Amino acid sequence: MSTQVHVDRFIDAKGQMCPMPIITLKKAWKDIAVGQVVAIAATDQGARRDIPSWAEATGNTLLGMSEEQGVLTFYLRKVA
Amino acid sequence: MKERMSIVLFSGTVDKLLAASILATGAAAMDMEVDLFLTTWGIEAFRKGAYKTNTRISRDFEEYGSVMRELMAAKKAPTWWENLQGAREIGEVHIAACSMTMELFGLTLNDLEPVVDEVTGVATFMERARESKVTMFI
Repeated sequence: MSTQVHVDRFIDAKGQMCPMPIITLKKAWKDIAVGQVVAIAATDQGARRDIPSWAEATGNTLLGMSEEQGVLTFYLRKVA
Repeated sequence: MKERMSIVLFSGTVDKLLAASILATGAAAMDMEVDLFLTTWGIEAFRKGAYKTNTRISRDFEEYGSVMRELMAAKKAPTWWENLQGAREIGEVHIAACSMTMELFGLTLNDLEPVVDEVTGVATFMERARESKVTMFI
């Protein structure tokens, strides 16, 4: 996944507990241009479903997710 | 028009305040407006400075209070107050205090934290809650 997509911004939310990863993502989002790709890494296990749900609810695109040693990394494209 | 979540916050114990604050944050992150209607012990929790000293937890689980505080500190979990600030940073959070409780406790808006926007009655809350997608009583 990460090798196929150009990432414009990386957000490290590792170690953050719910609801912090979503707050961090939402705060960062206003500085992202439409069309740009954001990667966010999280260790909160709720993020597995929370970040896809957030993307769906806010009208953005989840390009994919990778998992390595308990770290979930999500790739999102800004649409809205 | 944005979707809205309305919460009646009746409790003033930190365990329930934490739950309410996480829900408020989640809704704000999902682009929803959040309405908090404080009543009874919920108002106590928003007295000026109270969030710094309030360590009450639900009576059924009183003996876990100190352990919970230690765990939260060790895992750097945000407090309910920090979550609420986070929700306000990322979205619209409207906080109203119940006029009946305010009168009963002899309080005015000045006695509460500045995050509380206004003092209203139950009808104002209902008017907003009836248009909300999600309503809760905590």
